[in-house]
Amino acid sequence: MFEHVFRGGYRYWLLVGSLLALITAGVIAYLVQYNQGLMITGMSRSVAWGLYIAQFTFLVGVAASAVMVVLPHYLHDYHEFGKITILGEFLAIGAVTMCPLFILVDLGQPRRIMNVFLHPTPNSLMFWDTVVVFGYLIINIVISRVMYESERKSVAPPKWIKPLIYLSIPWAVSIHTVTAFLYCGLAGRPFWLTAILAPRFLASAFSAGPAMLIILCLIMRAYTRFDAGEKAIGKLAEIVTYAMVINVFFVLLELFTGLYSDMPHHMHHFEYMYFGLHEGGEVHANLAPWMWTSAVLSVVAVVVLLIPKARRDLRILGPTAGVVVLALWIEKGLGLVVTGQTPDELGHVVVYSPQPLEILITLGVYGIGFLIITVLYKIALSIREVETG
Amino acid sequence: MTSRREFLKAASLTLGGVGVGLAGLRLARAEEHEIEVAASTLRWAMVVDLPRWIDLQDHEQVFQVCHRAHNVPDFSGLADPEERIRHAIKWIWDEPFANAFPGQHHEVMTERYREAAAPVLCNHCESPSCVRVCPTQATWKRDDGIVMMDMHRCIGCRYCIIACPYGSRSFNFRDPVQGLDPGSITPSYPRRMRGVVEKCTFCSELSDGSGGAWEPECVRASQGALSFGNLRDPRSEVRRLLSERFSIRRKPDLGTNPYVFYLI
Repeated sequence: MFEHVFRGGYRYWLLVGSLLALITAGVIAYLVQYNQGLMITGMSRSVAWGLYIAQFTFLVGVAASAVMVVLPHYLHDYHEFGKITILGEFLAIGAVTMCPLFILVDLGQPRRIMNVFLHPTPNSLMFWDTVVVFGYLIINIVISRVMYESERKSVAPPKWIKPLIYLSIPWAVSIHTVTAFLYCGLAGRPFWLTAILAPRFLASAFSAGPAMLIILCLIMRAYTRFDAGEKAIGKLAEIVTYAMVINVFFVLLELFTGLYSDMPHHMHHFEYMYFGLHEGGEVHANLAPWMWTSAVLSVVAVVVLLIPKARRDLRILGPTAGVVVLALWIEKGLGLVVTGQTPDELGHVVVYSPQPLEILITLGVYGIGFLIITVLYKIALSIREVETG
Repeated sequence: MTSRREFLKAASLTLGGVGVGLAGLRLARAEEHEIEVAASTLRWAMVVDLPRWIDLQDHEQVFQVCHRAHNVPDFSGLADPEERIRHAIKWIWDEPFANAFPGQHHEVMTERYREAAAPVLCNHCESPSCVRVCPTQATWKRDDGIVMMDMHRCIGCRYCIIACPYGSRSFNFRDPVQGLDPGSITPSYPRRMRGVVEKCTFCSELSDGSGGAWEPECVRASQGALSFGNLRDPRSEVRRLLSERFSIRRKPDLGTNPYVFYLI
């Protein structure tokens, strides 16, 4: 199956080349971090988790791309998705591969990573997250491999794969739930201490994952001979619409509980997020422009998606899916993790701003993920292009 | 006969599932939220006599004695003032009263306390959040209540820093050697590499293992403002102080059950 990876037009090689360049830059930046330690990042005693863990949190969500096509296809016999289930699974593989990489680059002592397996600790949610994320990766690799082979040989897939596909559906729910549990079980972190965190993760995952899939389908429609079909893309758009509306609703629920209850420890974090907090005679509001952008983008996306005419117009849907991804990236990949630690446990505001090398390492990991997705999509398209022409 | 704890543990394991299982374990630990004076014979605790602490002239000297004894790096001389704060390693230090005891502060309270600084350190909680979240058991609670830290097993994930409600833990963002004065290194205390978490351990290295009390470095340097002892021993100094004077603890509502007490 990998023979197709080394054949492609100049556009393919341009994409692969730029991703490899990005990865190289990220690896060099990581070598600096490996030698000097996490001092090269913007993290601190007060904000101990930054960009890396936030990307991990966001990408666990993107992995939901698989379940949102697998579920309608296998549980509701919605066969329009038949052509793209493997694309959803491949996107999930790319996203889920980035998750452990972001954990790895975040470790102070990466060489001791095996301690997690040498001393398995079931009372730590980190242990369970490792189990479910790696499990989800393996499940998706097996399913997509078997489905790809049977599609290539035009034979029916083996019977034993069905239970595994069914298992992948609740398993996808578990990766968001357990990742939310990392945060929402901590007594000292009122911003995260909310039972709606796991549902919020699910809602944003079910928007970001399919939105990413829409973007990829539209790119393939424009540049390759593979067409997912307007019906399938339209159904994905409906899924994104429902999930995004629920997502915005959940955020409003959080705001109401946090602000109406008027408890200072809850209020401070929201205040920091949207308006900034005072410390040492200064107002620290570095997140506020981002969070307002995210809020405005979310509302714009919901409004556009709710208008059937706009949603069905692929020229509008493409950018709207981009807006959904960007809004949710700001919310999960920047806002959630940092805000939960600002102010810190002693009530001080220590500002976190990601440093250049830290950003480069982050982009490098994204490079690896997107290279995996590119290569897997190339493989997936190769059989389809032979079929269609 | 099985105890309530064993029953709940067994029940939660049988039911399975992360959420249910962990909730069950937590229920079983509800009893840890109360101070027990008779459960076993040994439970170390610290008592801070706040009035005496406020009257004490030189707080820095107390912190330095601790930090020197444990080779805690000093980054207060870094060129970048922000990095001095971000990369600081602290085992015991002063916090304004309002920060140490959030919610206990108001504008018209006695000036003595409004302007006071309270020493803060690891609380050696009975139900420590840091121990609960550590994925490698690099931090754990001993039977005598001391929350220990293995800086050589720690992978540096910093989940314990995220979980600790008191900000008592520090991460070595830099190589700690950079912040040490070669002239005043304590050779008997282990050195650590960068990328690991550290914190106060009640000077457990001074214990001879016999169950007898010792005098932690900060207590020795505090001229009587700090006391340390066995809370289960009815004749101990800490028991006497706590039974005679009114005391408070930091964030008691979180259920961590801290064993550092502050006399008012």
